[in-house]
Amino acid sequence: MIILDKVRKSFGKNEVLKGIDLHIAKGEVVVIIGPSGSGKSTVLRTMNYLEEPSSGKVIVDSMDLADKNNLNEVRKEVGMVFQNFNLFPHMTVLDNLTLAQTKVRKTPKQEAENIALALLERVGLADKAKAYPNSLSGGQKQRVAIARALAMKPKVMLFDEPTSALDPEMVREVLDVMKSLAEEGMTMVIVTHEMGFAKEVADRVLFVDGGLILEDGTPQEIFDTPTNERTKSFLSKIL
Amino acid sequence: MDWNVIINNLPLLLQGALVTIEITAMSVGCGFLIGLLVALAGLSRFMVVRLLAKCYVDIIRGTPLLVQIFLIYFALPMITGQRIDPFIAAVTACSINSGAYVSEIFRAGIQSIDKGQMEAGRSLGLSWAQTMRYIIMPQAFRAIIPPLGNEFIAMLKDSSLVSVIGFEELTRRGQLIIAKTYSSFEIWGTVAVIYLIMTVTISQLVGYLERKNSVK
Repeated sequence: MIILDKVRKSFGKNEVLKGIDLHIAKGEVVVIIGPSGSGKSTVLRTMNYLEEPSSGKVIVDSMDLADKNNLNEVRKEVGMVFQNFNLFPHMTVLDNLTLAQTKVRKTPKQEAENIALALLERVGLADKAKAYPNSLSGGQKQRVAIARALAMKPKVMLFDEPTSALDPEMVREVLDVMKSLAEEGMTMVIVTHEMGFAKEVADRVLFVDGGLILEDGTPQEIFDTPTNERTKSFLSKIL
Repeated sequence: MDWNVIINNLPLLLQGALVTIEITAMSVGCGFLIGLLVALAGLSRFMVVRLLAKCYVDIIRGTPLLVQIFLIYFALPMITGQRIDPFIAAVTACSINSGAYVSEIFRAGIQSIDKGQMEAGRSLGLSWAQTMRYIIMPQAFRAIIPPLGNEFIAMLKDSSLVSVIGFEELTRRGQLIIAKTYSSFEIWGTVAVIYLIMTVTISQLVGYLERKNSVK
């Protein structure tokens, strides 16, 4: 589903990705962990070209993202959820969910609204359709953001630290929505510090540090029997 | 204080005020469009386009409006051989001038929007232009209502400069009346009050727009 081939990325002189090779299969739930500044978010952001790699290839759903014609095609199929929600504050929750459907997918307005309302129901926010984002709590905002991404019926969902900006008591409601998505077989790539969630939901955990994937395995392998010294030292600090 | 001079000449002054409003509205309107285009050009991928936008803004902001008016009204006809109607010269000079300031207002407004908004739009599959139109601009526009109001007020006052090319707006009308009546104090006083009424009205309107468009 997603292939990264020798992906490198530099910001000026600072090389943050130093050759990432990665295959993610359809239906896989992959959690990326690593210290801050390790490049884990950048890895995720190359998967829909929010960060264009300096070199290397990104292929999603058999389409090479280097081709501009593929880019918008792929972005329709790849939903993204951000740490800071990035809801559109000047629109109601409902309009946040219907904008891309009507403008990109050309879904008729009524149908788009039905899809939106069904998704809001699913994330437990059916009563907030007419509300504006600024009137919602952090957890509610993030659930709306997930629903907004799902409204495009994506094949892959990318999550960039989706719970890092939330108050602790709101983390659970967001993780629950993500878990139910995983159970439905959605292909997901998640950058997170929620190790409990990673153990519970991930098929595969990647440990990234210094712009490289240092360890790649099942949650049991990574958390119980890490082989890399840096993985061990990272886990000992946070667990 | 001779109230009769004021009362007798008030209709003439008010006609002048109407012309001032007309020229200001047209200049700010054209300046708005120019400013929007220049601001977008300034954000362009292409260096040449960005450079042109920057040159325009630097040149217009770096020279006095009065000189710009002279250039368009007196200097341009010497090159083209065509006389320019004072009204057209006045509106052209003011529009070009206003466009430079408005473009900076737009630029600041667009840049004040969190870059996560563009990323969210693009990640949903919207094009750059669609994201600009539906997500960035509506928010930027809210942010720039107050500085746009200031620009409108500044333009209204600066439009008095076109009196130098004999264009009969409020200030020029005042000058002409004084030339006949010698009532400097009464007429300039009245002219000032009329300007004040117009600018206060604009700032009230801007305040209303601001409240109406505040983020819910």
